[in-house]
Amino acid sequence: MKRITITLGLAMALAACTTAGTASPGGSAGGSPSMIIVEGVSTPQSIRDKGTLTCGVKFDVVGFGFRNPTNNEIEGFDADICREIAEELGVQAELIEAVSANRTPFLNERRVDLVISTFTVNAERLALMDFSRPYYIAGQSILAKTSDTSISSVADLNGKNVCSVTGSTSEANVRAQAPEANLVLFATYTEAGQALNDGRCNAVSTDDVILFGLIDAYPDTELKGEPFTTEAYGIGMKKGSTELKTFVDDLLAAMDSDGRYEELWNTNIAPYTDKEPVLPPES
Amino acid sequence: MGLFGGLDANSQLFIQGYFTTITLTVAALGSALVIGTVAASARVWGGPVVQSFVRGYVEFFRNTPLLVQLLFYAVLLAPANLNITRDPMVAAIIGLSIYTGAYVTEVVRSGIISVDPRQIEAARSLGLSQLEALRFVVLPQAIRTVIPPLGNLSIALVKNTAIAGGIAATDLLKVAGIIESRTGGDFTPYIAILVAYWTLTLPLAWAVSRLERRLAFAR
Repeated sequence: MKRITITLGLAMALAACTTAGTASPGGSAGGSPSMIIVEGVSTPQSIRDKGTLTCGVKFDVVGFGFRNPTNNEIEGFDADICREIAEELGVQAELIEAVSANRTPFLNERRVDLVISTFTVNAERLALMDFSRPYYIAGQSILAKTSDTSISSVADLNGKNVCSVTGSTSEANVRAQAPEANLVLFATYTEAGQALNDGRCNAVSTDDVILFGLIDAYPDTELKGEPFTTEAYGIGMKKGSTELKTFVDDLLAAMDSDGRYEELWNTNIAPYTDKEPVLPPES
Repeated sequence: MGLFGGLDANSQLFIQGYFTTITLTVAALGSALVIGTVAASARVWGGPVVQSFVRGYVEFFRNTPLLVQLLFYAVLLAPANLNITRDPMVAAIIGLSIYTGAYVTEVVRSGIISVDPRQIEAARSLGLSQLEALRFVVLPQAIRTVIPPLGNLSIALVKNTAIAGGIAATDLLKVAGIIESRTGGDFTPYIAILVAYWTLTLPLAWAVSRLERRLAFAR
């Protein structure tokens, strides 16, 4: 009986490998062959036919994607851009939570049409997916207790407990710039903020705009030093979404020129930054 | 990480996660066995107050979710509260030990009461002291009864360590998540950790079945 059980188990493992392997069309995504990739891409027409535009957004980042606890509405710049695109397409906007680690799989598995989720454009990601033109420029910063004077730059993170989130560029940036830091990785920024608050970490490091929300929640914290990276946020799409990318890029440019971009900026981000509400140039 | 210096960052991280899972399992199993044996003895031979205390312990920890317990310890032990540790590993080991200890208590208790109390009377009447009676008559029989369920508990414990990632311990499951996101959604790390968990649980299952046969009553 035991032998049968083991054989069955191994057979299942083998099946899992094979399935995952065949699901990816011959490395067309430039990724590993074992990535789960569902065929096809969303186009403006396919979204109109479906009647809903599904966007993956953050639910815990104040200013970008945040579930308002009083009415359960998802608020923020990212959420509003999704609604704007949906309106332009004449469809309903459906917002689902995409935590950092979920963003790429959600696109590849076609569970969302767009990821608008404080998603930094970088070379590795450009090999795996398409991005719209950047719509916001953030920078990675350090948040620590106001009373903590031992941290004033990224180098001071060496030897400290630094909280961040799995699957974010922040994690890699800290590893690169403060290799001796002890990274404590949570799934969401809410958890990282709680850990900073009760002293499990000395600092939380991620994009400044995300940290603004944590300062709101924990007033005895502050940003330390200047941002040490530049993070251009783009709207993520499945690799090969040429039509959808053109549509989104054109819409962003139109929103910039007719004032809709500035309006969304003023309602969502203005309280947290003194930057000018202009659409970053195409890179 | 001098020993694994030649490997790339993801493989190093994977090995680190593997050892984290082993550390969690071994440390928690050791303490759970101690907790469980002491608590079970107290439950069987202790006074009424001790007995109901142990019963409360078992029912409380068996009937609340492990993740909730771990989150509770992580926050409770943090510098802002009891200031005992900020290390998620320590909180995870404490949580897993107390949780698994509750199950071990019940297993060991059932082992003890499976031995007919009249055997103690018989042993005593043959001139053995109370301790000798426990050591040479009750325990050898009780251990035979509890080995299979304890083996199952150990296997369950290996699998329960996967919950420690919820409080940011870098166990195998957490590592798979980190590697997956670094490599842009590559599913391979999850297959790798499945195999890694098997390398821990299958030998355990095999060892338990061997022990079981060796300790079996000649019937």
